[in-house]
Amino acid sequence: MTPYRIVEKAASLGLNIIAICDHNSVENAEVTKRLAKKKGINAIPGIEVTSFEEVHIVGLFSDISSALRIQDIVYDNLQPGENDVDAFGYQVVVNENDEVLGFNNRLLIGATNLSVSKVVETIHSFGGLAIASHIDREGFGIIGQLGFIPPELSLDALEISRNITIDNAKTRFGEYSHFPWLTSSDAHELSDVGKVSTGFFMEHSTFDELCLALKGVEGRKIILY
Amino acid sequence: MKLQELVDSLSLVVKTASAHLTKEVTGGYVSDLLSDVIANIKEGSVWITLQTHQNIVAVATLKELSGIILVNNRTPDADTLKKADGEGIPILVSSLSAFEIAGLLYNLGLRCR
Repeated sequence: MTPYRIVEKAASLGLNIIAICDHNSVENAEVTKRLAKKKGINAIPGIEVTSFEEVHIVGLFSDISSALRIQDIVYDNLQPGENDVDAFGYQVVVNENDEVLGFNNRLLIGATNLSVSKVVETIHSFGGLAIASHIDREGFGIIGQLGFIPPELSLDALEISRNITIDNAKTRFGEYSHFPWLTSSDAHELSDVGKVSTGFFMEHSTFDELCLALKGVEGRKIILY
Repeated sequence: MKLQELVDSLSLVVKTASAHLTKEVTGGYVSDLLSDVIANIKEGSVWITLQTHQNIVAVATLKELSGIILVNNRTPDADTLKKADGEGIPILVSSLSAFEIAGLLYNLGLRCR
């Protein structure tokens, strides 16, 4: 899963927007964005933060510098420990040519000491979108971890994983249908890229248009495939 | 005590790595937050949890645990079973709750410190 290969795969599938959301890290987002731009794809810089309660929250940002600032906060609040390559694999930082520039030795699989509301608040403070990841998954999904979505949590959208159909999700999580819903591959392997996707009716493939589409503003909307 | 003794005295159902029940159990810990387990569990412990996803195997390998006990008759995911067999991590299932199993293990003399 190098930036180059991800972009090539996305291009071959005709995807217009992707987001790189590494666990607790943003170090591969800039290279991916540059490569994607050459293919006419918008690779939104993102991050998947693990809250203290082990809830996964995705943050999507309009620019790399906002994403990098949240990375700083996440790194400052990540539980101590070093990555174990046998248990969790290599955490590589890669350039455009698939060359490994270095390894991230932090325990990125670990949790931060930031509560889920703090994570959402921090993402918003940098103008980002806060999305509850794979709410249908028991492990690391907000409903699995907390039992419910706290009513005061101002999430911008809920993500449903590729393991469930929209209809089944609506049946199981109907009480949360007032949220914007989307689905994505959550690809952890190249073959997963684009397995499912969400369509948006909007003017351009930009972050700002995405924000409008999530809110259903001025004719923009989400089209769930 | 050996993992096999726990299996016998607590009627645990062995789901994986049955060849590794000779492992010595030197402690116990209860938690469903992986970050907490990574931070606090002692090597050789048996980990009591209701988490069934495959990351529990990675944690058990990382912390060199003797095994994992799933409570409330929880079924490990298919990926989890495969990974646990591959890594030689016994996953045992109990019909009891975490509270009950922990109490029984404590009675048998296991500690977490």
